[in-house]
Amino acid sequence: MNRKRNTTTFKRILSCISRYRLGVAASLICAAVTVVLTLYVPILIGYAVDCIVAPGNVDFNGMLVILKKIAVVAAFTAIAQWLMSHINNIITYRVVKDIRTQAFNRVESLPLKYIDSHQHGDLISRIIADIDQFSDGLLMGFTQLFTGVLTIIGTLIFMFFINPVIALVVVLITPVSLFVASFIAKRTYIMFQKQSLTRGTLTSLIDEMLGNQKIVQAFGYEDEAQKQFETINEELRVWGLKATFFSSITNPSTRFVNSLVYACVGIAGAFAAIKGVLTVGQLSSFLSYANQYTKPFNEISGVITELQNALASAARVFELIDEELEIPDAEDAIVLADAKGEIVLDHVDFSYEPEKSLIEDMNLLVEPGQRIAIVGPTGCGKSTVINLLMRFYDVNSGSIAVDGTDIRQMTRKSLRTNYGMVLQETWLKSGTIRENIAYGMPEATEDQIISAAKEAHAHSFIKRMPQGYDTVISEDGGNLSHGQKQLLCIARVMLCLPPMLILDEATSSIDTRTEIRIQKAFAKMMKGRTSFIVAHRLSTIKEAEVILVMKEGHIIEQGTHDSLLEKQGFYAELYNSQFAVAE
Amino acid sequence: MKNLLKYFKDYKLESVLGPLFKLLEATLELMVPIVMAKVIDIGIKNQDISYILKMGGILVLLGLIGLVCAITAQYFAAKASAGMVTSMRNDLFAHINTLSYREIDTIGTATLITRITSDANQVQSGLNLFLRLFLRSPFIVFGSMVMAFTINAKAAMTFVVIIPVLSVIVFGIMLISMPLYKKVQKQLDRVLLTVRENLGGARVIRAFNRQEDEISRFDEENGLLVKFQVFVGKISALLNPLTYVIINIGIIVLIQTGGRQVNNGIITQGQVVALVNYMSQMLVELVKLANLIITISKAIACAGRIGSVFEETTSITERNHSITETIHSSIEAKEQVPFVEFDHMKFTYAGAKEPALSDITFRAMKGETIGVIGGTGSGKSTLVNLIPRFYDVTDGEVRIAGNNVKEYPLKQLRHKVGIVPQRAVLFSGSLRENMRWGKKDATDEEIMEALTIAQAADFVKEKGDGLDFYIQAGGKNLSGGQRQRLTIARALVKKPDILIMDDSASALDFATDAKLRMAISKNTDDMTVFIVSQRATTIKNADCIVVLDDGHMAGRGTHKELMESCDVYREICLSQLSKEEVK
Repeated sequence: MNRKRNTTTFKRILSCISRYRLGVAASLICAAVTVVLTLYVPILIGYAVDCIVAPGNVDFNGMLVILKKIAVVAAFTAIAQWLMSHINNIITYRVVKDIRTQAFNRVESLPLKYIDSHQHGDLISRIIADIDQFSDGLLMGFTQLFTGVLTIIGTLIFMFFINPVIALVVVLITPVSLFVASFIAKRTYIMFQKQSLTRGTLTSLIDEMLGNQKIVQAFGYEDEAQKQFETINEELRVWGLKATFFSSITNPSTRFVNSLVYACVGIAGAFAAIKGVLTVGQLSSFLSYANQYTKPFNEISGVITELQNALASAARVFELIDEELEIPDAEDAIVLADAKGEIVLDHVDFSYEPEKSLIEDMNLLVEPGQRIAIVGPTGCGKSTVINLLMRFYDVNSGSIAVDGTDIRQMTRKSLRTNYGMVLQETWLKSGTIRENIAYGMPEATEDQIISAAKEAHAHSFIKRMPQGYDTVISEDGGNLSHGQKQLLCIARVMLCLPPMLILDEATSSIDTRTEIRIQKAFAKMMKGRTSFIVAHRLSTIKEAEVILVMKEGHIIEQGTHDSLLEKQGFYAELYNSQFAVAE
Repeated sequence: MKNLLKYFKDYKLESVLGPLFKLLEATLELMVPIVMAKVIDIGIKNQDISYILKMGGILVLLGLIGLVCAITAQYFAAKASAGMVTSMRNDLFAHINTLSYREIDTIGTATLITRITSDANQVQSGLNLFLRLFLRSPFIVFGSMVMAFTINAKAAMTFVVIIPVLSVIVFGIMLISMPLYKKVQKQLDRVLLTVRENLGGARVIRAFNRQEDEISRFDEENGLLVKFQVFVGKISALLNPLTYVIINIGIIVLIQTGGRQVNNGIITQGQVVALVNYMSQMLVELVKLANLIITISKAIACAGRIGSVFEETTSITERNHSITETIHSSIEAKEQVPFVEFDHMKFTYAGAKEPALSDITFRAMKGETIGVIGGTGSGKSTLVNLIPRFYDVTDGEVRIAGNNVKEYPLKQLRHKVGIVPQRAVLFSGSLRENMRWGKKDATDEEIMEALTIAQAADFVKEKGDGLDFYIQAGGKNLSGGQRQRLTIARALVKKPDILIMDDSASALDFATDAKLRMAISKNTDDMTVFIVSQRATTIKNADCIVVLDDGHMAGRGTHKELMESCDVYREICLSQLSKEEVK
């Protein structure tokens, strides 16, 4: 199962790389050249050494020719090596860029359902960390795996070419090195697991205690926290020590095997030299092969773990890329021009999870220009209605129509352009205040921007910012208060003035005095525009033409403020409860 | 950095023995070419088989002793690095807990968490590598040179030239590429930011139909990243080819001079092979050294960041506990003294230009309820945070029972204050454990009593597990309103003399809010209660209401007094309540 998944991921990666097959071919040629030349140098050195036999018996002319050859070969090796690395870099980073772009394009067209129900941290780590891991693995695989394998094969061929018997000795001893390495790796794995498990526990404790440090201090809980911390930290020390120690045994052990190989080559080579089958120069070539030959083995085991990680990471990224897209707009989708604002909800059923029904059989007729307020306790489905109106989610059954057309029959873009939306969650992008206000209308003039800001009562605080409208808002609007962010979100909508409005707790973080002023601006804006208002404070919705009282996904009451109060129903209860002051 | 060096003290022995054994191993390694030279010059030349076997045995023995030395070294290195970082982590955690709100605000919680987790881990692996390898590689490089001198001074001169050239190349490339890598990292952060922003703002981006602009912005950032990556890759790819060429030039020169020396009968053929071996050994070590330096410089940067946290000292210091009696006894002595008193108090946040609060003066007698009301950012939370001395005032005084809060030992002061923060935070663990934050030995009856007052008893019973109910990290398995009521109960368990509720009923519906306030006033006769709120209903019945406007006190008094005298207060009330309710 797992293996099958790996193969499909692997095939997928190959197809991503195939765009750059010319580059890959060039890289492989360079790698082959590098390996062959690198292996050729020890032989040349061996020849050179053979020119030096004894005092008075040194072939200087022959030596000079060989030395020149060495210089040329080394120069070519260096060039080939550099070219190979450079090509590998280009291919890897381009492939990674392609995949990252694909992943990001997905983010922009995934259904909101997916974005809402997945942790953003997880999605981010797929697009950033996983792709990075993949790129490391790919690069390493390119440079080391291929050259490593080629080096081993090449060395074997060269060694058998010089002296098959000694070559055989080397081949027989090498597996010991692999055996030792895998033996240690298996045992270390458990300790690393324990280490990362303990590390995780410690991190969540840190996250909890330091993340809420103010509370820890307020309750004088520091000593308790320290005690808990030290206990887990000690556990981490023990596992950390074991994991580090056992994993670091691998290196000396394989090196010991290497020195065994070296000794054996030395002895066998010396015997062969005595018999006259091997020259001293050839022995020296053999010795340097013995050093070179075992190195790729040690590296390859590292590369393989890296590649496995890369494969797992790539699989996670592809999973994201393969997520189902939003249902695309119909081919013949209508472009909704300036909407009049007649909205009809016809037997609408909707739920986020199939087994938990939320909105059932909702019917509603909104006349153009009407102001609709939605009230009700938390979780009654107020924000869900908005998700459906904007078509962030599609209804399960029934239909929603704007100006007589089912919203599924029009382009999402045109539908959403006709709505202006201010949400409780204030999202601003990193950039200047000006860019943020003009977000819905990038071509807006300075005057338009300033007058929108004035309407939203944001102008005065913007002016007081260090760079006014050019002040850069840091990530998540960290340098603004929540209320200020909300004012900017309002200004953003004030600038576009679309024909229909949605205000979901749009003023929840603004103090009541400013709110009154904004309400006036809102009132002006809402005139002649179909608007939906969700609010906690009942005082802000009294003016609405229709108040929908929702409870557990149903509209249980509907009417004006006065008619609902008269009815003495749920709304009246809700309204009166806010004044039930304890005397 | 200095305050980190002290951790070596506890592991002096390990820190010396680790590198020492490593050097021993390296020394043995340096002897291998000499032994091999003997095999060639004596064994092969004299056809002495037993000598060759003896030397082969020595090679294996050298490897074996080397193995033992290396493993010993790894053990000491692992022990020292794990141990040192563990004590450092303990100290760091304890130190962070001593920091006051002021420092936490400036440094930022996220930063502190990274310091104690990933930075500390980096230091540990850097330390481990440092103890194992840092001495080894230079030792082998210079050792090779020394060994070359013992063979032949003239040939060894090649080493004297080659080593500085190699060092210049290795360090030069590192110096150039390291800042470039930082640039790459920064660009990666920008890419991450774009992704995060697009996930968080999915609704707004779609509502304003800006998907395509976001995609092209991402492409821009992503393209820049690739450009940086390829550029730095191109430079660091020079390292291997260049060193390879230099070493081979060295070998050519060695063979040539070696050849002359052999011709003159000064050295033997085997010794030439040994010289060549030393040269190639250096190549391997230099590359290792370069990688090591990168890891270690990362670790040093991390250690520096940790060090800077250690340098941060708390701005809130305890005076030589001049007041030894408890707050209780002192209040009984002076009945007429106000319990909590703000006297011309001014407070400015670290780094802010304008004071957050200025000229605040009011007093609260024992058992009174004080309401604090005002718009967003008017300084309400700041005001109550000064009572338990989370911040120190900039000017003026805050007094409890007639004494400046600075006179009390912090523990005692905070023990007397129960605070319910704005953000309702609970910790992973049982409900009982959470409730005992306020009082370590609270009985179940005491806890149930607090839960009842906080209007939490009912839903706790519904959960079925009673006080054993397991709360997940951050209280994820509870609703916002439930969390708020539990945090109120947690403060009540403490039976504090002063209870501070910082907008802590915002998620409760109006009816529950009213019931809660009634229960608190009924059950806490002696408690002085501070209620911070944006809702006029919540504070309307307080004994004294403090009205804040933009950091200034706009008024203080009862509801009735303020309705007559205070414009700001009247405006707040009228915006929230109907005419009749204002009365």
